[in-house]
Amino acid sequence: MAGSKAHDDHSHDLHDAHAHDDHHAHKQSFADRWLFSTNHKDIGTLYLIFAIFAGVIGFLLSVAIRMELQEPGIQIFSGLASMVYGFSGDAAIDGGKQMYNVFVTAHALIMIFFMVMPAMIGGFANWMVPINMRAPGMTLHKMPLFAWSVLITAFLLLLSLPVLAGAITMVLTDRNFGTTFFAPEGGGDPLLYQHLFWFFGHPEVYILILPGFGMISHIISTFSRKPIFGYLGMAYAMVAIGAVGFVVWAHHMYVTGLSLDTQRYFVFATMVIAVPTGVKVFSWIATMWGGSIQFRTPMIWALGFIFLFTLGGVTGVQLANAGLDRELHATYFVVAHFHYVLSLGAVFAIFAAWYYWFPKMTGYMYNERIGNWHFWITFVGVNMVFFPQHFLGRAGMPRRYIDYPDAYAGWNFVSSIGSYVAAVGLCFFFWGVIDAFVKKRVAGNNPWGDGATTLEWQLSSPPPHHQWEELPRIK
Amino acid sequence: MIKRAYAALAAMICLLFATGSYADQPRPWETGMQQAATGNMHQIRWFEAYTLWFIIPITLLVLILLLVVMVKFRASKNPVPSKTSHNTLIEVIWTIGPVLILLFLAIPSFNLLTDQLTFPEKIDVTVKATATQWQWNYEYEGSGTSPLAFDSFMLKEPDRAAAGKEDKSKYPRLLAVDNEMVVPVGKNVRVLVTAAPTDVIHSFAMPAFGVRIDAIPGRLNETWFNADREGLYYGQCSELCGKDHSFMPIAIRVVSDDQYKQWLAAAATDLNKANKALMAAVDQPTTVKVAENTAK
Repeated sequence: MAGSKAHDDHSHDLHDAHAHDDHHAHKQSFADRWLFSTNHKDIGTLYLIFAIFAGVIGFLLSVAIRMELQEPGIQIFSGLASMVYGFSGDAAIDGGKQMYNVFVTAHALIMIFFMVMPAMIGGFANWMVPINMRAPGMTLHKMPLFAWSVLITAFLLLLSLPVLAGAITMVLTDRNFGTTFFAPEGGGDPLLYQHLFWFFGHPEVYILILPGFGMISHIISTFSRKPIFGYLGMAYAMVAIGAVGFVVWAHHMYVTGLSLDTQRYFVFATMVIAVPTGVKVFSWIATMWGGSIQFRTPMIWALGFIFLFTLGGVTGVQLANAGLDRELHATYFVVAHFHYVLSLGAVFAIFAAWYYWFPKMTGYMYNERIGNWHFWITFVGVNMVFFPQHFLGRAGMPRRYIDYPDAYAGWNFVSSIGSYVAAVGLCFFFWGVIDAFVKKRVAGNNPWGDGATTLEWQLSSPPPHHQWEELPRIK
Repeated sequence: MIKRAYAALAAMICLLFATGSYADQPRPWETGMQQAATGNMHQIRWFEAYTLWFIIPITLLVLILLLVVMVKFRASKNPVPSKTSHNTLIEVIWTIGPVLILLFLAIPSFNLLTDQLTFPEKIDVTVKATATQWQWNYEYEGSGTSPLAFDSFMLKEPDRAAAGKEDKSKYPRLLAVDNEMVVPVGKNVRVLVTAAPTDVIHSFAMPAFGVRIDAIPGRLNETWFNADREGLYYGQCSELCGKDHSFMPIAIRVVSDDQYKQWLAAAATDLNKANKALMAAVDQPTTVKVAENTAK
């Protein structure tokens, strides 16, 4: 893969740097390196390990939910309640109902805050953004799109999380210290909580997907061996999504009794987001157009991402219409929609990025065949889980139900079987990781060829403890 | 008038999709929405079908483009990648194109929204629905000095026989209740929706009517419907409200105006007897025929 003579010289410098670094790293104890980490790459690695653990827990919670919903009646959670609390009879059923609600909420919180965010922001962003920023000549309009996406995400976090902090602090004092911010008996208003929550909550869904957009852009460009199409449009589409994402929150509240004018505004503002999102999807396709595409595992995940995210996006356009949302609100249609953009969108982006950067982060090459199996089994599984949920929602099945009228049994059964298929897919993920560490196939500095143009591919794999002792120059 | 054109279109769509079956409740392996029993729901069904005419082609377009690039521009077919990274015209097209599509969606969407939230000038019946963990209470406005009010709990399986509700196709598990809300057909019914002051948020939903509105402690929400055919309709609580969220269904029985008036008068003294009398009346075969005719 060696390029010009200058490039060779550069590698030589890096090699020196690496040697020096090995010496430096050698002095660091395990505790110093992993318990008192100050290195962005080590911190990123720790976040990724955390995200994998949390992801497994969140996934197991969802499998328990799907097991319960596999057929009508309450079977699994009554048993769980008697195992955990020693309940029996009606008490076990009641305990099971309570546990089910806890599982649903825990699944959501763990997947969002302990899996997707740590993986994207804590993991990949900590790893790759510092490598790609502040080099001489690295201006805003030369910054890689992943760095752009993380920059925008950082602003979303900065502006939205304080609102959540305020809201949950008020809930805390309402529930424990007798305040009534959200309790009507003391002059409070439960809807105020919903407004505050969704003022955070809607930007949050873009926090979950924007880094994915950035990573997908790198992967599409790398494996098409073409620069990203419409770079500035891609960057500013993300800026637009981030900005408009702050003024659409009440589309989560169409059925709370908002006035006609309020609902009209939120319908309009929400539909606007489809425009920059369309720009992104079409630009990814245009990037591939005329390219020389290699179907390596990260690319397959990225292609799956584009299609499934589009599918989740268009049902979002349907739900943006308050008049139609009236019928679909709080049904499984909404569950299907947001899992298409998150479980099949954000999570596919994370797996794409995992395979893309795994050789860089570990120095070892994963096995393509295992990666392919991982993709296809997961693809079939998650589509089996979530596509039938569109039907359930249209027929009127509400979300967060432990038991449902018998008419919904058919599609629920299909959905549950899909969940077990996805579980098999997850086994292939771990097999791939173990295989790579056992076989120790050396990946080299840049296993992807001349399509991989971002700076991390100029470093050794894994990169030295302190990279860029000689700064790269961006032309 | 645009509204009339929509109504005609909606009627055509309904004819296309109507299966003739009794569809006021979910059906096995259903893939679409429940049959409409109000004008607003006809409009929702029409609008949903209309949006599909945009979103399915868009999704297929993306899929086809992906397949084309995968076949045409794979490394073995196209070893030397092009260097194109800009094309202002196409970028303008794929920005303006979606804007136009959204305009086409927005116009009927705003009409639908306006129709839903614009109450008819004359309200014939007002019922207040109050949610508590975990049942509904229905209170009828203007019926004498002490207005009619009763609780509506999910029908427990052991109580089926006593209630005369053994037919599970008519009174399905988890949907059937002990006391249904009863309203007259073809009348404007307003529902005031709230939750008990120290309770949690619930949501009043009736899919066949296109109605869904949250029941919030300390707030009085309202919605309306005008059912265009008689029958028994089912909905379920649609906001997570604790342990028995799945077990507080909403059942509305739409009957003729005469039957409604008889029931209302009788229910003031003995609700149970009034319900039994109404059930006996609506289960007569002639009534069923009328309902079927109306549906066509």
